[in-house]
Amino acid sequence: MNTAATDPALVRFGRYLRDNPVVPLLAFLLLLIVMLEIMRPGIVTPFRAGRDGLISAFWVGNLIKFAIPLAMLAACQVLTMLTAGIDLSAGITATVAAFVCATLSSIWGVAPAVFVALSTGLIVGLVNGIGVGLVRVHPLIMTLGTGLIATGCLQVYQRLVINAGSEIPAFLSWLGTGRTLSMPNGLFLFVPFALFIFWLLRFTGFGRLLFALGSNENAARLSGVRAWQVYVALYVLSGLIAAMAGLLYLGMIRQTSLSLANPLLLPSVAAAVIGGTSIFGGRGSFAGAIVGALIIRVLDTMLTLMQMPEGARTVLFGAVILAVTAIYVRITASR
Amino acid sequence: MSDLIRKNAWVAGLVVLLAALLAITKIIQPSFGASGLESVARAALPFAFATAGMAVVVIVGGIDLSVASMMAVCAVTAAVLMEKISGVPAVMIVLALGLAMGLINGALIVVTRVPDIVVTLAMLFVWEGAALLILETPGGSTSEWLQTGIRGSLVPGLPNALVIIAAAVALVWVPLRRSRLGISIYATGSNERAAFRSGVDVGRTRILAYGVCGMFCAFGGLSLASLTGIGEPVPGPYLMASVAAVVLGGVVLGGGRGGLLGPIIAVFILRIVRTILTLLAVDPNVTTIIEGTIMVCVVMLGTALTLRGARK
Amino acid sequence: MSGTQLLDATGIAKAFGAVRALTDAGLSLSEGEIVALMGANGAGKSTFVKIITGALRPDSGKVLIRGREARVGSPAEARRSGLVPVYQEPSLIPDLDVADNLRLTDTRVDPFMRWVGELGIADLELSDMIGDLPLATLRILDLARALASKPDVLLLDEMTAALPTDLVDRVLKVTREQADSGMGVIYVSHRFSEISELCDRASVLRDGKTVGDLKIESGVEQRAVELMLGQKLELGNRGVAETRSRTEAAPRVRVRDLAIAPRVTGITFDLYPAEVLGVVALEGQGQDELFDCMAGFLPPSSGEIEINGKPADFHHPADAIAAGLKFVPGDRADALLAQRSVRENIALPFSARLRNWGNLKLQRERERVAHAIEKLQIDTRAQGEVQRLSGGNQQKVTIGRWLATGVDTLLLFDPTRGIDVRTKRQIYPLVRELAQQGASVLFYTSELEEIALACDRAIVIFNGRVVDVIDAADADDQTLLHAAYGLTAQEGAA
Repeated sequence: MNTAATDPALVRFGRYLRDNPVVPLLAFLLLLIVMLEIMRPGIVTPFRAGRDGLISAFWVGNLIKFAIPLAMLAACQVLTMLTAGIDLSAGITATVAAFVCATLSSIWGVAPAVFVALSTGLIVGLVNGIGVGLVRVHPLIMTLGTGLIATGCLQVYQRLVINAGSEIPAFLSWLGTGRTLSMPNGLFLFVPFALFIFWLLRFTGFGRLLFALGSNENAARLSGVRAWQVYVALYVLSGLIAAMAGLLYLGMIRQTSLSLANPLLLPSVAAAVIGGTSIFGGRGSFAGAIVGALIIRVLDTMLTLMQMPEGARTVLFGAVILAVTAIYVRITASR
Repeated sequence: MSDLIRKNAWVAGLVVLLAALLAITKIIQPSFGASGLESVARAALPFAFATAGMAVVVIVGGIDLSVASMMAVCAVTAAVLMEKISGVPAVMIVLALGLAMGLINGALIVVTRVPDIVVTLAMLFVWEGAALLILETPGGSTSEWLQTGIRGSLVPGLPNALVIIAAAVALVWVPLRRSRLGISIYATGSNERAAFRSGVDVGRTRILAYGVCGMFCAFGGLSLASLTGIGEPVPGPYLMASVAAVVLGGVVLGGGRGGLLGPIIAVFILRIVRTILTLLAVDPNVTTIIEGTIMVCVVMLGTALTLRGARK
Repeated sequence: MSGTQLLDATGIAKAFGAVRALTDAGLSLSEGEIVALMGANGAGKSTFVKIITGALRPDSGKVLIRGREARVGSPAEARRSGLVPVYQEPSLIPDLDVADNLRLTDTRVDPFMRWVGELGIADLELSDMIGDLPLATLRILDLARALASKPDVLLLDEMTAALPTDLVDRVLKVTREQADSGMGVIYVSHRFSEISELCDRASVLRDGKTVGDLKIESGVEQRAVELMLGQKLELGNRGVAETRSRTEAAPRVRVRDLAIAPRVTGITFDLYPAEVLGVVALEGQGQDELFDCMAGFLPPSSGEIEINGKPADFHHPADAIAAGLKFVPGDRADALLAQRSVRENIALPFSARLRNWGNLKLQRERERVAHAIEKLQIDTRAQGEVQRLSGGNQQKVTIGRWLATGVDTLLLFDPTRGIDVRTKRQIYPLVRELAQQGASVLFYTSELEEIALACDRAIVIFNGRVVDVIDAADADDQTLLHAAYGLTAQEGAA
């Protein structure tokens, strides 16, 4: 409608940010790291604390290591948010997959355990997809509900296998905690994964349809897209990714718990939103979400250093999600 | 008269269903009587308040995902306050706090123009964090008279918990329902444009509806604190349960239709189902699964019916 | 007869973004007067109505009510200042009963019920739910509610559109009586017969401007039609008007006795290969439903659609597309992915089917998109999001989407609404060219002169039925507008 010349500066700036969210996000990430360094000199640059090294490879490696599972769950949010949805069952799905894998490994062996763990993600995703795509329940309510059911199932399952003990598959420990050239081994999984998501969003018909459904479902229908097919496939994919993230997280934490990955859910939504993905659909990128996950990890470190209580963090993440969304609505003057 | 029956057919159906479930309970467990009923009513109390609050915002055409978190904030506030000051002013402060939180939710929705579901999702986390800030671990204590008052039956056969929910709804909702604000709430949820054309201040109506929801959440938080005797900062499972009860209670997602009576009866139905499963010696975790499945199915069915209605 | 002036609106202007809906509209009304507000589609009637009733704020201009400037910021304020509208769609709340609806607007029950009786609704209970009442009753209730508040000025927007004849007579009678006792009435209508029976004057809007104020007398129809048409921009000449003999081919699309609830009651036509069939209709005569139905969005209530001799049974737009019917909707916002690129918008149908979900065939896509862009001369200098293109270029993108996939039958719903003359001039030859290559085009337009420029024949839809078929050679604006207003012999006989 408007030509660039007549737009207010704020709108133009907002538009620039929307088109290239990764650049300013990277700048913001660097700024945060600098602030962290100021708060605790030497944490990033060991030489200032009298140790060797310009930049601490260990610190960077650690940052990346803990950002990886978060970024993977953020992928679930990015993909679903592109269609104006959300996946609130991702956290519990990851937990279920991890728990199932750890307990079954000691009974059936690693390969079947991993297979069953991934299948649980697929099932949760399928139920979500049917609810959202065919019955047209709001994704938020639907995924919340399946999350609830999955939690119940997990508790029952725990009672069944309570005596079986658990075992963390060696390759997951290697992926989760090992390092190669001081970088976390998790990258061996994450880099191909990120490339896959990048390819999916940029170079496939399915990726196109995700953007199309989120921008204007009516236009997509008009062009002959049967939306339910896309939704079912999308939520199944999201469930699988969540299960994968859960397995990786299992290898990283090396403990089983009934709420292992649940605390990652809110940060994963925040990472996607900070990374420039619109909760209203049609706009977003996984690259942004990866930087968003890194930002959240640095923020987390800072809040820990400031001895910020858990509650304040939760408030902060909630406020960030609301503020970013509200600013987006203001900038584009549309939903 | 027949008109009255037709309008309330859904509620009447729920009453019949509830009676049938109670009868089944009695058959399974012949000793189930006044005390059993009392414990069901007591357990249902926080659910009933969460549902009442949710019903009001659904009627105005929104949804509030932060009900459980607001209840947690109110519960811990009550528990912390009552350690220091006496009960009655503390109750007043908590009710005012609930109202304020609800109004903040509503104002954010109206001012930012971000959809209800997104704003209240963010506020879910904000209030949850706030509860943790007030009280990091379960603690505090609630006044003795609240803890005893919520139990037992002053009038034999009529559990106090039931009297409390009836009184709270009667105090807040009944006068509101017939007032101009009440009509405006229904009008806004039913057809926002027509409401605007009829002279309703749509924004103000929505903010106030969220305020009422917050107030009910405060009641819910108070009853939660009274039942446990302490304040628990982690939100309970009230969100999904309240959405399901609202839908089962005949309030249409999307707004404009239904009341509070239906959803509150629906809460009791869902609780009785749980009681029956427990009496049948079903594993409590399996009960959770069954309950969750029932809720999801109820919401799916409600959505499907709403869509069909919209298509007509 | 005319007493003190009740309403005086002058110099009203309103723009929505780049679209200037009103440039200089005005209306004056005195006590006891009934003034008709007329204008062809898109003249700005509905915007003007919204401004006088306070639902919209004007960019400039004044609305005086009884000589005082009315700050009509909301419908509630307009109501208090004495101007009460009855809108085209009922403004009663469906989920409330009659009594609550009255309370909402502080309407007293007694006068309301008296008016309801007067207007011919006998069995209304205050406890009736609005949602359960038929549309015609709702319109009467709306009017009764307006009358009960004793307005100075009553605005009736297409009041009689959904009413059976006996109620229409009642409404007209009551309106006249009220005017005789001093009320002013603004009567927005498409129906000449009612206007000449009821109104004292007619104010005509064209292209956002008030262009005439006519006294109602015999022959006023002719004059009003002329004013509504005005001097049109020269949109270019039609190419060679080669009229094909249509008997040589079987029709590609056969529509028989199509009814779509609630407005379409009987539409029958044939659409041949290599033909552009125009559709002429005033707003809301059922053309929207016809196109939605043919595009697979709406199921028909009865009747049949045959495509190449095979009966069509569409459950989803994908079915219609598979049968070769490609739809370009009237509202570009419905068809475009505003935040996505031109290329993605045009290529959207390529990925629609399950088997095309995999790797994009980028080379092929680039070629086909480039071809469509070139063919339509889409200005893609504004790279990036489609929402940054001009309206004309956006429209070309929605058409280009189907050119890139190849077209059998194109359903164009008002493709030139709100776009610039240059783009319009590019669209007509394009449509002709498509037809020459053998495509069938169904072309609804709200701009009558386009029928002669782009079509071979035109069907006229009035009140949900096809009332006339006009050959493009005879399709001058006056003939079409007469037909569209149901003033032709066919309608008289019906």
